[in-house]
Order: sequence, then structure tokens, then C-alpha cells
Amino acid sequence: MDLTPEELTAVHLSLRIAIVATLASLPFGIFVAYALARWRFPGKVLLDGLVHLPLVLPPVVTGYVLLLLFGRRGPIGAFLAENFGIVFSFRWTGAALACGVMGFPLMVRAIRLSIEAIDRRLEDAAGTLGASRPFTFVLVTLPLALPGLMVGSILCFAKALGEFGATITFVSNIPGETQTISAAIYTFTQTPDGDAAALRLTIVSIVIALGALVVSEAVQRFANRKLAQFE
Amino acid sequence: MIRVAVGKTLGAFALDIAFESDGGVIALFGPSGSGKSATIGLIAGLTRPDRGVIALDGRALVDTAAGTFVPPHARRIGLVFQDAQLFPHLSVKHNLLFGRWFAPKAERRIALEPVVDTLGIGHLLDRRPGRLSGGEKQRVAIGRALVSSPRLLLMDEPLAALDAERKQEILPLIERLRDEFGIPIVYVSHAVEEVARLAARVVVLAHGRVAAAGSVEDVFGGSVAQAGESRFRRASFVTARVAGHDETWGLTELAHSAGTIWLAGRAGPPGRDCRVVIRATDVTLATERPSGLSVRTVLHGTIARIEADAGPLASIVVDLDGHGHVLASATRKALDELRLAPGHPVFALIKTVALDEQSVALAPASAPA
Repeated sequence: MDLTPEELTAVHLSLRIAIVATLASLPFGIFVAYALARWRFPGKVLLDGLVHLPLVLPPVVTGYVLLLLFGRRGPIGAFLAENFGIVFSFRWTGAALACGVMGFPLMVRAIRLSIEAIDRRLEDAAGTLGASRPFTFVLVTLPLALPGLMVGSILCFAKALGEFGATITFVSNIPGETQTISAAIYTFTQTPDGDAAALRLTIVSIVIALGALVVSEAVQRFANRKLAQFE
Repeated sequence: MIRVAVGKTLGAFALDIAFESDGGVIALFGPSGSGKSATIGLIAGLTRPDRGVIALDGRALVDTAAGTFVPPHARRIGLVFQDAQLFPHLSVKHNLLFGRWFAPKAERRIALEPVVDTLGIGHLLDRRPGRLSGGEKQRVAIGRALVSSPRLLLMDEPLAALDAERKQEILPLIERLRDEFGIPIVYVSHAVEEVARLAARVVVLAHGRVAAAGSVEDVFGGSVAQAGESRFRRASFVTARVAGHDETWGLTELAHSAGTIWLAGRAGPPGRDCRVVIRATDVTLATERPSGLSVRTVLHGTIARIEADAGPLASIVVDLDGHGHVLASATRKALDELRLAPGHPVFALIKTVALDEQSVALAPASAPA
């Protein structure tokens, strides 16, 4: 099965967007998950709701909100473009942002659960042994939350790979720049002779999805084995 | 030296505690809910008091008036939890070394090897905590706190989660740590036997307040009934000297001016002072020296005090020839029928089988009991 250069580009782009979206979300995901799991602060309910919003909103709405905020003339988009030269609109980075936002709730949820499962007295113990909060976080909390981090990353990656609505609304469907596998399949199904190409990309999608499932299964087993050691 | 004078309100519970210790082992004793663990949390810095001062070796760790609060990691106070709380992702060895890494180089007084030897955990070093038994975990937890070379060691009911056999295995280890490493210890417990064996001084807590404080003999000398314990927990402490061992019958003979105390098993070297814990329910009173009884230990004394309320039971404090007291438990009916009253001479009978080497706390070789 040979893919045309155009299709290959879409596959390549999809993987790149999903990987970047996952890796870029991870630090924020860990921070937000830790804050939600461990801290009490005003506006916690609001933050929790905000994080989960993309899960319940129609993806098109999320995409449009991103366009309003991160578009050329959006408040955040204009600020980032002027000060850091980071442009999201109609770029693959925008697609990564949209995918990251859509996958964020899944990631935060998994990490938060694993942090909440850690006995706080382990962190207390680290404190009495001389470890300051940052050291305790790095030496105790983070390693113990590792299974959650891995599961959260895989969920975010899978979500990013399949994202369609928010991405196409925010950064459109530009071949070579923002056209992911999903967007490409959609385009091919709208063109008269696109059936074969759509089918090929569908097969590629299935292969990637199966691969992700296998990896996630392996990670799950690894995590369970680790946890069994802990018991 | 630790000085504590703090207050904290936790919902409906008000804690108001003041005590100090010059070193050695001081026990915080009292029933659950009396504020022992809350006090430990305040000393370790895991919680903040509403008001008051905690000072260690003259340095304020907390002083609410001055706005001082030293965070736990800067206090160098070791804490042993009731349930070990070992780091599950680290090997036993790395658990032990965790605190050492954070201790300033000049203050790393306690090395890994002697602690590992004393606690007998050398064969566990490469293992993960998950595979250890409860007793092993607790030994590693004690070692982990020690190797961080703390200036004070807090032990929050370290034996409470263990079965009787494990307790008897670890209690002597804690005695050895006390004597070998010379770290001041604050030991929390609601078990009279543990306090009697380990501590020189005791602070009795009840309802978030200090109910009594002083040397173990003074506080428990007459009775520990004021600690609100059940009758099976009431006990007294008698100081005696190991006189010898009866190898034929496997008994230890303790000399006391009121009579010879026999206990099952072998305890201590002859000539060593020791403190025997005697449960009030194991003591029988007689108005004349009995004959034809299987009881071997007969101590003569006079009734110093009788504590009784409307219930069926009474506690009788017997003065042992001017050398301490023994506490006996009896029914009010028996007292009435024998016409026992303060000032009466009596014989306190103690079954040898009720006492064994676990009931005996040897005085540290360096300090008198």
C-alpha cells in the first residue's frame, strides 16, 4: 500500500502534532493536577470546571473560543505574536494547541487520580527527613505518580491524534500545515475520486490506533507491576 | 532539650500542652484522642499551632508571638510513624539513606552501618519495602529516621500496628538505640509496658491537656487510673535488683526489701537495677501470709490508699516497705469482707506466670532507673 506524498504529509503532521501537543501539555498537566489534588485555594472549582470544559463543549465551540483568544487579533494570540513571535492561527502549532487543549482534561484527570492516591504522610516523611517541598515533589510525589503520568500522556496523545472539530475550526484544513489525517480523510470523502485515498488513510489510522493501544497496554502492565512491588 | 508550650483548636478539640525534656526518652502517654499525635505533628512542623512556642536546644522552631515557623525539612527532627511510611519506589538502602543526603555534612553523626547492625536489617538492604513484613518495615523506618542524624527523634506509637511477638522483638532494639546513639526521644504510646521500659519521664495527656508529668515512678507510682484506662491497663512499677537466675526452673529472682519477686524466664545480669511492670489485675491481696498456694511472690506492705467509686471494683495502693508501691485490683465486696482499710498490713501475691522478662525494664547501664 503506497501513500501519496500528500497523504504521507498528513500522517507525518498528525504524529508530530499529537506528540508536541502531549509533551507541551505535560508540565501544565502535572502542575494543574497537583494543584487540584493537593492545594486548597479560592477558585479551585472554577479551575476544575475550566479544565474539564473541552470535554463537554462541542469541539467546534472550543475551536472557536481558541480562535477568539489565540487568533491574530485575539488578546493572547496578539500578545504572543508581538512579544515572542509565536503564531498559532493557521499553523501546525495552532493544531497542536487545539489538540493539547482537547486532550488536557483526560491528562489532568489521570495524573490527579494518581497523585490523590499517594499517602500524604509519605510526603510528610520526606519533609521530616530534610527534603524541602520541591525535593519532596521530585523524589517522592512524581515517581509515585508515574503510572498516572504515563496513562495521562497516552490518553492525551490518542485524543490529539483523533481531534478534528476544534482543530479544523481554529486552524482550518491547510494541506501540509494543518491538515491532519482526520482532516485529510474528511477532505477526500468530499472529493469525487477520493474514496481510495480516504480508505488508505483510514487503514493508517487503524494501524496507529492499534499501535497506541498495544503501547498503552504494555505501559499499564508495567505500571501495575510497579504498583504490585509497592504494595 | 525540647520545650513545648502550645495551643491549637481543631474543630471541637482543643489542645493545650506544655512540657519539657532534658534528653533521654520522654513518653507522651494517654488514650487515643488525648492529643498525643497532634502534639507530635506540631513538634515535627507538619501542623502549625494557633499560639505558643516550641524550642529545641534553645532555638525556636515555632514562636507564634514572634512569627517564627521553621518548616519540617529544616528542623532536623526524625519522625517514626505508626505505619512505617517507607518510600515504596526506593530500595531499603535508599530509604535509609534518604535523610542522610539532606543532612549537613558536619552533622552526619550517625552512619548507616551501626544502625543497620543494631536493627538487624543488613539482609534487607536491596529489597523493596513492599515485600517486607510489618516488623521489618518498622525497623527500616526507625533506621531511616536515625540515619538522618536527627537532633530529636519522635516515635508515634511505633509498635501499635504490630502483633505482640513483633513488639517484643523491636522494643529491645529501641532500648539499644536509646542507649547507643544518645538521641533524645519523644515516645508516644498508650501502652503502659512500653512507657515503663523505655521512658525515664512521662507526660500523661487527657483531653488535649497535660494531666500529669514527672518521672515514670512518680506518675505511675500509685496508679495510672487517672489516665482513663481500663482495669486491664492499670499497672504499677516496682524497682528491684536482679539477684540471680534459677537455671533449674528457668526463673529470675529479683530482690526487693518487701520480698522476693520471681519471674518466668531470664532477665538481665545479676546486680542490675530494673523496673518491673505489674498489672493491677495480676495482684491478689491477703491479710496473712498464705500457705499451700502456687504463688511464689509474696510481698509484704501496708495499704496506703483505696480508690473506689460506685462501681464494683476498687484499686488498692499498697506501700511496699517504704520502697515504692504496688497497685492491686479487687472487688469492693472483697475489701468489705476482709475489712481492708488504709494502714492495714497486707501481703501482695503475684503469680510468677504473670511476669516474664518482657515485664522488666533494665536500667540503662549509664543512668540509674
